[in-house]
Amino acid sequence: MMIFWVAVLAISTLLYVLLDGLDLGVGIIFGLTRDEAKRDVMMTAVTPIWDGNETWLIVTGVVLWGAFPLVYATLLSAFYLPLLVMLAGLILRGVAFEFRHKAKRMRWLWDWSFAGGSFVAAFVQGLTVGALVEGLPIANGHYVGGEFGWLSPFSVLCGIGLCIGYMLLGAAWLVCKCEADVREIAYRQMPVLSIALLAFLVVVFVYAVIEHLPVMDRWLERPYLLLFPAVGVAAAITLVSSVRQRRDGPPFLMVVLIFAAAFSTLAISFWPYMIPFAITIEAAAAPHASLAFMFWGAGLFVFPLMLLYTAISYRVFRGKVTGEASAHPYAGRVGSREKEEAQP
Amino acid sequence: MDVTALLLSRFQFAFTVSFHIIFPSFTIGLAAWLTVLEALHLATGRPAYRFVFEFWLKIFGIAFGLGVVSGIVMAFEFGTNWSELSRISGPIQGPLLTYETFTAFALEASFFGVLLFGRKRVAPWFYLLSTAMVALGTTLSAFWIMVNNSWMQVPVGYVIENGIFVPSDWAKIIFSPVVWVRFPHMLLASYLTGTFCVAATGAWYLLRGIFGTEARIMLQMGLYLAAVLMPVQLYFGHLTGDYVHDEQPAKFAAIEGRWHDEQPASEVLIAIPDESTETNHYAISVPVLGSLIGSMSFTSREIGLTNFPPQDRPPVLIPFFAFRIMVGCGMIMLMLAWLGTYLCVKGRIEQNRIFLWCTFLSFPLPYAAILTGWFTAEVGRQPWTVYGILRTADAMTPFLTTRAATLSLIVFCTVYTLIFLFGIFYIYALLRAGPAGRLVLPATDATPNRPMSVVKHPAAPHHPTAGE
Ligand code: HDD
Ligand code: HEM
Ligand code: HEM
Repeated sequence: MMIFWVAVLAISTLLYVLLDGLDLGVGIIFGLTRDEAKRDVMMTAVTPIWDGNETWLIVTGVVLWGAFPLVYATLLSAFYLPLLVMLAGLILRGVAFEFRHKAKRMRWLWDWSFAGGSFVAAFVQGLTVGALVEGLPIANGHYVGGEFGWLSPFSVLCGIGLCIGYMLLGAAWLVCKCEADVREIAYRQMPVLSIALLAFLVVVFVYAVIEHLPVMDRWLERPYLLLFPAVGVAAAITLVSSVRQRRDGPPFLMVVLIFAAAFSTLAISFWPYMIPFAITIEAAAAPHASLAFMFWGAGLFVFPLMLLYTAISYRVFRGKVTGEASAHPYAGRVGSREKEEAQP
Repeated sequence: MDVTALLLSRFQFAFTVSFHIIFPSFTIGLAAWLTVLEALHLATGRPAYRFVFEFWLKIFGIAFGLGVVSGIVMAFEFGTNWSELSRISGPIQGPLLTYETFTAFALEASFFGVLLFGRKRVAPWFYLLSTAMVALGTTLSAFWIMVNNSWMQVPVGYVIENGIFVPSDWAKIIFSPVVWVRFPHMLLASYLTGTFCVAATGAWYLLRGIFGTEARIMLQMGLYLAAVLMPVQLYFGHLTGDYVHDEQPAKFAAIEGRWHDEQPASEVLIAIPDESTETNHYAISVPVLGSLIGSMSFTSREIGLTNFPPQDRPPVLIPFFAFRIMVGCGMIMLMLAWLGTYLCVKGRIEQNRIFLWCTFLSFPLPYAAILTGWFTAEVGRQPWTVYGILRTADAMTPFLTTRAATLSLIVFCTVYTLIFLFGIFYIYALLRAGPAGRLVLPATDATPNRPMSVVKHPAAPHHPTAGE
């Protein structure tokens, strides 16, 4: 039962990272463009899906609360200030979807909040992972780090790293969703982002070796862990070649693979801890009565359904978004639909 | 324990959740109504239904968006500010909120995209289904939240092991009688919010003499529905009061402004309670009515606040006045709905400009009733977070500093004020532009006010959200 909820938690976290990662990434890239038409197209490429994507964050949160209340309570209270910033960011970028195309004079504000909000949300998520890898100050199962216990050069580095990663994911998404200019911009960004990500990974690795982070021991104990980075490398190579050949589909899949590999590496090197090296899964798990109650309804039936719904909504909005039709996002999409119909 | 951080956290929770509830209460009602409209349109093929649908859909979109972003904050706030509560009662509250998210938000969030953008991409029946699913999702969400909150009001079906609340009987928790009076009370409140907002908009257009067909649909559907729902709501309000009387005597005494035991008890209609002297100033009361309301008897003994030690008493002023405001709003709404229905049936409503103005101005009433209802319930529950077993002071994150709590409160107030003002402004702009407004579409054929004649030619194809 406990293992089942660990798995659900892992799946929903990974899905959140992949799905919202792509729209947060698009948000950051959006901030780097000045051109209104291109911005419209970029936003349109994620408008119908962002809400569903963000749901996975809540799913992760409530599963954590229901199945591992101790971890929920410890983590959320320890990261009080960063989470505050992340929530503010998510709010601002979330309302930007609704407000931006209704605004005229205030458009700059929502442009700014979309890009800025995406950036801080991504940054805080990276920071959190970084702080966890480094190890939170915890004594007797209680957080003792104070207001800034999560702040370190390493966690900040991880924050930047995740922004880069999300941007890569976002660029790959734009490549498969968009045409013309925006697709071209995204293609040009991908090599830069890939190199930056690589540089980040090297720095993290060196840092971990120098500081002798406890995670490193795990790698020595569990050599099979190297399998995941190997998958990542293979995916990266495929990524490079498909970007060269300008093939729209594969890059996104490859970036997804890279993320999945990185995620699995982390997850398995944490095992059996939930908050690394302080609180184990066993210690954090809710009583059986709670886990079982969730399992027989939400876990067994609804969770697969949710995965199905997600798939359905992605299917409904498959296909390219075009930019030329009009400056308006909806019009853009309708334009693409008509095109699809025109060439059956 | 830092008292100020506690106060700030309470204030922050009250502020964020009050902000949040404004939007769900509107979207729950509106989603159900949209489903009806879409079904009517499919059944009758009458285009006016479709115009009204598309029009409210845009407003629904904004309100829903604001509900989602403010709700995400709620889901995190339990952990950030009330970490002891989440740790101790997590085994019960966590699974309930998990069910909420799983069943409800999965439906809402996934079908919401189809609803807003998918009209032309899916078959009509699937579109109707998506609308219904969004409505179902919001309703289920309300249900699980109410189960959760009702458990905090009247904890049942649990045992305490190692200082943790462990669920022992889920059926008891979910089928607690408290849930089954409070959930309908909340659901009806949301439907009423929807009906009054819709009717008010219809009245506004009639006053301005535009969009006659759509305005009539809005006004009539709104008022008829409200006329039916309002009495039912008052009945469930009465049942809710019954549970408070039985389970939370201190809250009941605070609501009633009753300081000392009375037999038979009188009912304080209005007064200014004074906590320092434990008396009421300027009280207007009706003898015996208190016993009648509390216990349906002419002789029963009703408990006063002084029975409880001061540290176990809730604040009195807020529940006392909040409750009276809620009931007052309910009474006005009832009169409006019945009078309006009468005028509609007689066909005189459009000539009666005074009544149209009243209806137009009535839309804040349900919001006021909902907020004050929650203030009654939550402030009246103090000093407990989980009634009788976990004090609010012990539920807070122990190491939360005043500085951090101040900062978060400022950030939330700023961000919420910003998005609220803009949200209201955009909703107002959409409402002003009306069902034909091409406000969201800078299309070439956009006309600020679609001539009424178009309505009279139903053959004209019309797809407000699509890029014509
Ligand atoms: C009776 C109704 C009701 C009440 C009392 C609350 N909510 Fe709510 N909530 C809803 C009814 C609702 C909803 C109708 O389901 C919303 C509104 C818009 C939406 O997207 O769903 C929603 C949204 C919403 C979301 C965003 C979900 C999404 O992305 O779709 C979260 C995380 C919460 N709520 C959590 C809470 C918490 C923790 C509450 C407790 C204080 C709370 N809500 C009170
Ligand atoms: C005669 C009329 C009414 C009575 C007697 C009544 C009674 C009550 C009582 C006693 C509570 C407190 C419940 C608690 O402490 O848990 C309450 C809460 C509430 N009321 Fe009312 N009510 C009435 C009308 C209304 C109306 C018209 C609305 C909205 C349109 C409304 C909305 C609410 C809400 C949202 C709550 C908070 C949720 C809850 O605790 O269930 N009420 N009501
Ligand atoms: C959505 C409408 C709601 C409103 C407007 C509302 C209002 C309030 C208010 C005014 C307070 C402050 C009371 C005080 O500190 O004096 C409060 C506290 C609180 N409420 Fe609610 N409430 C709502 C729903 C809920 C729900 C659904 C839950 C549980 C799931 C909940 C749980 C709490 C908690 C944990 C606190 C803080 C601790 C406490 O003061 O007891 N509330 N709420």
